Amino acid sequence: MAADERLAMLVQADRVHRSVYTDPAIFELEMERVFGRAWLVLGHESQAKHPGDYFTARMGREPVLVTRKDDGEIGVLVNRCAHRGAMVCAEGRGNAERFVCPYHGWSYDRGGALQAVPFAGGYEKGKLPAGLKVVPRVSVYRGFVFASLSSQGEDLETFLGPARASFDDFVDRAPGGELEVAGGVFKHAYDGNWKLMLENHLDGAHPAWVHASSVAVARGAPEPGKPGEEHYYDIAVRQMRQNGAPDSVWDAIGMWTTPYGHGYMGDYHDDSRLVAGLGNPVFEQYRRRLVAGVGEKEADRILRVTLWNTIIYPNCSFMSQFRQLRIVHPVAADRSVVHTYSFRMRDAPARMFRDTVAFANVVNGTGSWVLTDDLEVYERLQRGLSSGALDWVYVGRGHGRDVDEPDGTRRGSSGTSEVFIRAQFGAWLSYMSKP
Amino acid sequence: MNPTEVEQFLYHEARLLDTQQLEAWLELFTDDATYWVPLERNQQDPLETSSIIHDDRTLLELRVKQARHPRAHARQPLARTVHQVGNVMVSEEKAGDITVDSTLQLVEFRNEKQRLYGALVQHRLRRENGRFKIAHKRVDLVNSEGELDGIAVLF
Repeated sequence: MAADERLAMLVQADRVHRSVYTDPAIFELEMERVFGRAWLVLGHESQAKHPGDYFTARMGREPVLVTRKDDGEIGVLVNRCAHRGAMVCAEGRGNAERFVCPYHGWSYDRGGALQAVPFAGGYEKGKLPAGLKVVPRVSVYRGFVFASLSSQGEDLETFLGPARASFDDFVDRAPGGELEVAGGVFKHAYDGNWKLMLENHLDGAHPAWVHASSVAVARGAPEPGKPGEEHYYDIAVRQMRQNGAPDSVWDAIGMWTTPYGHGYMGDYHDDSRLVAGLGNPVFEQYRRRLVAGVGEKEADRILRVTLWNTIIYPNCSFMSQFRQLRIVHPVAADRSVVHTYSFRMRDAPARMFRDTVAFANVVNGTGSWVLTDDLEVYERLQRGLSSGALDWVYVGRGHGRDVDEPDGTRRGSSGTSEVFIRAQFGAWLSYMSKP
Repeated sequence: MNPTEVEQFLYHEARLLDTQQLEAWLELFTDDATYWVPLERNQQDPLETSSIIHDDRTLLELRVKQARHPRAHARQPLARTVHQVGNVMVSEEKAGDITVDSTLQLVEFRNEKQRLYGALVQHRLRRENGRFKIAHKRVDLVNSEGELDGIAVLF
């Protein structure tokens, strides 16, 4: 049987074979065919504002440098010296006239072109490499930087499709569209496959179980303050309580997927329940700034968009309303690393960003009440899936009732449908089946 | 103020954690206490930069309660720990508060995994009714900016 047919057998309409999470050979193929082809989210333009600014990122397992070139464009270079292969820049960010390899001093300009080589006389003329490998495709959508390791493929707008609306929501909510990465980067790791995170973030059936303990303690916590009289703990208590919303709430939210495996869910919050929500003086101040920029009608439309988590397959998950973005870096079939970023709306009241930070701490933080239980469950999944006693993983919730919408999305029959997992595997199979 | 008394207090605090007396540990904190594990080295601000933990007294209480919840998946069964406190230095006394610097090595074992943490710790202690209480505790993990497993242990 051809390898592609074997892959197709692993991904069926309502179930997948456990080996897609555990087999090192499949993982290697994913790095080549999924992470080596798809558009990957690398970061945001605000991380490299001026010529020479750069930050390190990863594309699958490839270390890359995202740079602001002299012509003002964003470029992406593989962070590996063309000489002996050392990583040219250490992890982090900075500003550089040239990138100089620590090993033998080979240097490259901001576009990656080789500039100077010590002991140049030892090389045959014309035999030196041109420079750092340039990642062939780079594109920016509303400030978010994407790149693809493949020189061919659909353009970014086609790839994103209707999921562009989530980035639009992210940016439109910021007065003047001004957003910047700020407030530190959480980095966490788990002993589990990279797909487990993406399969969790749109799963409305898990909070009542995985987050039972944080829901329970939040219900017993002191009541949050009235608008304008909040306590520091309010945002944590509100969000943890909201995870305990009744099943009917989770079922009623929207759940959409796209042919490229992206997915997004409607909001399960009533805005008045979150700090900086309706009726809050800080929120009013923010709303006025938004109105000043785009007018009453457009501001009203923007604030009525109700999107919660969005997945951009295969490496990103974000929340446009609380301005959190996570990038998953696969390390091995059973090891993943996640970097979590917060964004500041530059022209919004400072308090709005404090709420973003408080939200990040309670939900996405390495020591949070919420994330820690997710990580524990990912590791238990990986251990369970490593058992050969059973072969299949069931992803059939709502199967057969999915709705194809006119805009090309596929909607789950309810907010707790596993349609988003089926869509992710649909995209997975499409990437993996192309030789 | 007797440095030995301060040391004994820190050892007592560590012992409460290592013997899983979490509620008694919580009682060591003042009502207006803050418990802070910064994300960044030399972080000055807990409100506009994220923190691994930044709890007021209410949130710290929720943290202890969560650890006791039967479905606290990352916390049950409770980790076995050794909090090794060292290099205790009483550096400052002002307005009744004493600032104490120390180091912490924490060995955690839970669910087949052992982890080791190292940290610089600062306590601000206050006397209430003749006994020390913790008004502020800051724990700077040496790898706070590194790739960490989920943190479900109390420092």
